[in-house]
Amino acid sequence: MEWKWGFTWEILPSLLWATKNTILATIAGYILAMIGGLVFALMQRTGSKLLGSIIREFIDIVRSTPLLLQIFFLYYVAPEFGLRLSPWVAGISTLGLHYSAYLSEVYRSSLDAVPRGQWEACRALNLSSRDTYIRIVIPQALATALPGMGNYLVSMLKDTPMLSVIGVAELMLTANAIGSEHYRYLEPFTLVGIIFLLLSLPAASLVKLLENRLKTVLGL
Amino acid sequence: MASAHNFPMQLPEPNRPMVRFMNVSKSYGALTVINNLNFEVAEGEMVSIIGPSGSGKTTVLRALMTLEAINEGVIYVDGKPLTHMPKGDKLIPANEKYLRGMRSSIGMCFQHFNLFPHMTALQNCMEGPVQVLGLSKSEARVRAEELLEMVGLIDKKDQHPSRLSGGQQQRVAIARALAMRPKVMLFDEVTSALDPEVIGEVTNVIRKLVREYRLTMLMVTHQMGFARDISDRVCFFYGGKIEEQGPPQELFTRPQRERTRQFLSAIKEAI
Ligand SMILES: Nc1ncnc2c1ncn2[C@@H]1O[C@H](COP(=O)(O)OP(=O)(O)OP(=O)(O)O)[C@@H](O)[C@H]1O
Ligand SMILES: [Mg+2]
Repeated sequence: MEWKWGFTWEILPSLLWATKNTILATIAGYILAMIGGLVFALMQRTGSKLLGSIIREFIDIVRSTPLLLQIFFLYYVAPEFGLRLSPWVAGISTLGLHYSAYLSEVYRSSLDAVPRGQWEACRALNLSSRDTYIRIVIPQALATALPGMGNYLVSMLKDTPMLSVIGVAELMLTANAIGSEHYRYLEPFTLVGIIFLLLSLPAASLVKLLENRLKTVLGL
Repeated sequence: MASAHNFPMQLPEPNRPMVRFMNVSKSYGALTVINNLNFEVAEGEMVSIIGPSGSGKTTVLRALMTLEAINEGVIYVDGKPLTHMPKGDKLIPANEKYLRGMRSSIGMCFQHFNLFPHMTALQNCMEGPVQVLGLSKSEARVRAEELLEMVGLIDKKDQHPSRLSGGQQQRVAIARALAMRPKVMLFDEVTSALDPEVIGEVTNVIRKLVREYRLTMLMVTHQMGFARDISDRVCFFYGGKIEEQGPPQELFTRPQRERTRQFLSAIKEAI
């Protein structure tokens, strides 16, 4: 088996088109996860005890079952309860929900890492709890949270191939389709690997850069 | 906190104290930390609180700052109940909304400064006035700069706390608290975390406050010399209540109670 350059150039455009979908799914899923995670984390801290334990339970379920199963649930089982979603919507929602659970834990521990004295200083200055969170606690927690958030961004990127099982035309599905059409898998899958590398590595260093930048801006 | 039936809705004028603890108790589980405390601080008075570790000194300040809820009794500030709010003809435990109305009359400085690390000295001092008191940015800046000038740190106004020494951080913290124009200032061992050589720069600021502002101040300290110098009154706490109190010359030179004597001589030996 030898590498065929002609074939490589031929399939590259469709793989790049699929890369765009992979990136889109990651960004959309991650935005959902960031917001969902924050909502979960704040509700666990400030909501009622009951609400807190329901969320806790939900987070545990999400974290201890396979992502693939969750994707199948939202795509194949939810319609039986009247919730019919397109592959894209089901896929991105599942990614978002799944990673909300992880990000809420990152947020939670970062919020806990803000010293108690900061909360007390806010109280002594009579800041509202809204201002306490938005202006004092969250900026400091963010600096602690960024590395963890970055790791999960890269993890999510690497999990997008799972969306292929419900027909989202991301990289894996596209490469697989090319392979079975041409009976050649070497080039498509190698390219997929390279593309993932080229996406993950810069994402990781971008996060590192962001972390340093944030620390400078915050004077930490 | 039980609702308080037998406490007045307001303290009557004239000569009413700025701060009044009325039968206040606080416990953590079985441990009673404040034990039926009755305690008054007059307007403009500087009161030092001394006493052994665990005698409840910090808890008294924290209860007054509403960082800690009390179990019994009522605390009044400027005649109005702080820990409780009127409902009909009864006082019931205050809710957060009521506390927010009351809390701005009290300011506090902590042992570990607790400055906001992501803000400059100036921003630290502007935060409360802008967000809580609703001052414009420029009004708040003027006020913050005046106070930083007063504590001798105007040239450090754009520095983040991590770039300041402990003594400088504590002075910014004092300016930050004063920027809220509190009626009562609380100092909890504000020099205990400092290197000996910078303690003076903080105590000098507090001396200045005593001289130039008619602020009511409550200070917990282990610096007996300083307490003796600047206090109108010194309270010796023991077991969650005041064992003995009086003008500093008397309490330090002629303590009446055995426990006070023991405490003071133990301190002398330590020095
Ligand atoms: N959150 C808490 N939970 C349980 N016990 C507490 C809590 N905070 C304080 N205590 C206890 O209450 C008692 C009084 O504490 P407080 O901090 O008021 O003492 P203090 O007089 O300020 O002592 P120090 O001179 O050591 O600062 C101590 O025995 C302390 O262990
Ligand atoms: Mg203390």
